[in-house]
Amino acid sequence: MNASVKYRIGKSKSFQVLTVTLAFACVIPLIAILLFIIKAGITKINWHFLVNVPKPVGETGGGIANALLGTFIIIIVAAVIAIPIGIMCGVYLSENKKSKLAYWSRMCVDILQGVPSIVVGIVAYFWLVKPLGGFSALSGSVALSIMMLPIVIRSTEETLKLLPDSLKEAAFALGMPFHRVILKVIVPCGISGILSGVMLSVARVAGETAPLLFTAFGNPYLSANVTKPMQSLPLLIFNYATSPYNDWHDLAWGASLILLVFVLVLNISTKLITKRWKVQL
Amino acid sequence: MENNSLTLSDVSLGVIGSVKTPAKVRQRVKRLYRQIRTENVFKKMLVIMGLLMIILVIGIFLTLIVESMPSIKALGAKYLWGKTWDPVQDIYGAYPFLLGTLLTSFVALIISIPFSIAVAIFLGEYYPKGWLPDLLKNTVELIAAVPSVIYGFWGLAVLVPIVRSFEIKTGVEPYGVGIFSSALILAVMIIPYAASLGRSVIQMVPSQLKEGAYSLGATRWEVIKHVIIPYTKSGLFAGILLSLGRALGETMAVTMVIGNTSIIPKSIFAPGNTMASVIANEFTEADKPVYLSALIELGLVLFLVTIVINMIGRRVISKFTNE
Amino acid sequence: MESTIVKSVDYNAYFGDNHVVKNVNIEIPKNHVIAVMGPSGCGKTTFLRGINRMHELIPNATAKGQILLNNEDVMQMHPIFVRLKIGMVFQRPNPFPNLSIYDNVIAGYKLNGIKLPKGEKDKIVEESLTRVALWKEVKDSLMKKGTFLSGGQQQRLCIARAVAMQPEVLLFDEPTSALDPISTSTVEELFHELKKNYTLIIVTHNMQQAARVSDKTAFFYMGELVEYDETKKMFTNPRDNRTQNYITGRFS
Repeated sequence: MNASVKYRIGKSKSFQVLTVTLAFACVIPLIAILLFIIKAGITKINWHFLVNVPKPVGETGGGIANALLGTFIIIIVAAVIAIPIGIMCGVYLSENKKSKLAYWSRMCVDILQGVPSIVVGIVAYFWLVKPLGGFSALSGSVALSIMMLPIVIRSTEETLKLLPDSLKEAAFALGMPFHRVILKVIVPCGISGILSGVMLSVARVAGETAPLLFTAFGNPYLSANVTKPMQSLPLLIFNYATSPYNDWHDLAWGASLILLVFVLVLNISTKLITKRWKVQL
Repeated sequence: MENNSLTLSDVSLGVIGSVKTPAKVRQRVKRLYRQIRTENVFKKMLVIMGLLMIILVIGIFLTLIVESMPSIKALGAKYLWGKTWDPVQDIYGAYPFLLGTLLTSFVALIISIPFSIAVAIFLGEYYPKGWLPDLLKNTVELIAAVPSVIYGFWGLAVLVPIVRSFEIKTGVEPYGVGIFSSALILAVMIIPYAASLGRSVIQMVPSQLKEGAYSLGATRWEVIKHVIIPYTKSGLFAGILLSLGRALGETMAVTMVIGNTSIIPKSIFAPGNTMASVIANEFTEADKPVYLSALIELGLVLFLVTIVINMIGRRVISKFTNE
Repeated sequence: MESTIVKSVDYNAYFGDNHVVKNVNIEIPKNHVIAVMGPSGCGKTTFLRGINRMHELIPNATAKGQILLNNEDVMQMHPIFVRLKIGMVFQRPNPFPNLSIYDNVIAGYKLNGIKLPKGEKDKIVEESLTRVALWKEVKDSLMKKGTFLSGGQQQRLCIARAVAMQPEVLLFDEPTSALDPISTSTVEELFHELKKNYTLIIVTHNMQQAARVSDKTAFFYMGELVEYDETKKMFTNPRDNRTQNYITGRFS
């Protein structure tokens, strides 16, 4: 009896060891990637790298200024589109838990979240690139905003659902019209959750390449024109990393480091900020 | 509901503080009416935003169908099991990509499941609280935050040479790139999805159930095997579906590491292509209408497959949370 | 002489097909405290929330009949107008957690975008907080958020917030059921003061409270107004059997 109990306990312990090992093993690739990119990229980054555009093949030097500016512009435009629509839609869904329209709307938000990024790129191509006759940063922004929407909507809806009804009732009882109840009471009390959704959505699309492949397309020159093709960090990394030129590989490493750090910092600070800004109910 | 009583007296209108002049009262009334109008406009705007999502999804679907029409008409259903992809000769067959997608995704899934489940059990059952588990949880979530193009670049620079030397040692054709390499990268990328959903459902197991088993003398492993896993089976399944959906749609990392060969891969170490990677590579080169729409048809297939997986996952989760 | 300030005429309220308040006719005199009591589910809270048009905020909730405030039918007005004259205090204290105490008191103005000169705002805040006996306790922490206040103080803050709007009627939905006994008695003391300037309608589960604070009491049972009389009379010599049974504890 004793022996079989000992065996069972031993089995349980070894399973625990196995679980812990596998769980922490997951972290290894992440750390490996982080370290490798830091090592490969850190030497490439300097002031010239940040302010110059890539040089033609064969010439050394050059930088990623066009990609930095491009990423910035494309994301800002995408955010300007996605944030208001996303928050309003999140408010709509949290206010209408039972209506039929809200049910289908919610399902569509779920569907949008799962759409592969390349498909979003295809659709944005036919909606904006073809009709307007050329690649543009705007079409890239629209593609990215489609990907940002589900994240903003989801986190807005979840945040607002958690707010107690008594908050709304107190506001209504003071004679506030609906839009003020939402904009002046409900949204401010839920701002930390909404903000985290916004930041996460930006972090998500900052690294997206596929939707930009046939929309923003890329541009070797520094440009701020949203109606023309524009370069972005992920696009540059993809194109230069898969090219046969070592100079371009170097640029890609430097760009990778910048992109990786940006995305990780955004993710980490989201977690910290939302704790800070949480309204004590 | 407009107030049809235009004789609201000064007193009955909530005059502000000591201000009682009729002019101010009228101002206040006008303001209130304006607020009522704004309220109605705002409510309608909210409905429009909700509607917009439905319109967006329908729009995506319609665009994909309309643009795949040329190839649907020209090639019919045979396209999906056509084994040759040769745009130069105008021969289009999607089978190599369907195979490539399934192979990479399922191999990635098989590799990642043990790790995802381990994380889920670790965080959900063994150590739900504490700074170390929190650190692990956040780190695993960061795995999902790394852009796929960076996974691809790293895969190309680090993983592929490793796989190549492994292939040399085992006497396989030393491509380095290929289905296996892309499945490896994919496996790392999809760990967080099953892990996070798995952790949530494992935490939801009621402690009475577990205590019942412990009180009968069960070991921890036995409680996991006989109580937790059966209880959370459907939730874990939904998490795996989530990881699968992610894997099917992944483009960049796979494109950079799979070898981009549009023939049926001979072995798991051979190069190939997935639906997403062939679209990424050839979309801008497609010079013929049927060529382009054949690619878009692949996009349509991807779209429909991810919707189906999404729907199944949703169903499973809602059944689980309602039980 | 009593003048009627609120009068309901054949008021009925529904949740979908569920008829929860049946044909209520009641006249409430000015500057009185009216207690509304009855067993759970009798419709008293629904009736109360009908008076300031909060009832219809719940999906599928409808109402018929008239509710007259100074002879003007509240059911025909837009709810915003109604709520400016009829304030409400809820069961659980619900100050706005993201606003300071000061801003909470004038929330009815500030959140509605009404700009008042600072002097006037200060005056309203001080007056309202004094009326609820909170001024001395918080006058040095007006800019802090109200979450450090005790339950009783938070509830008085909510009363101050309602009072700041200068309503004519104040509705209370079981205002002390979430409070400890000491806070409860502090709030009850307020009612005697408040009725000098306002008319109070208080839904309560607590018969002793009704006996302590109210001038008249309305007894609801299964959606109907069964009896309505001076509090003393009702508690010593109720006319209806159902009232008698409730008071003696046959059901609650």
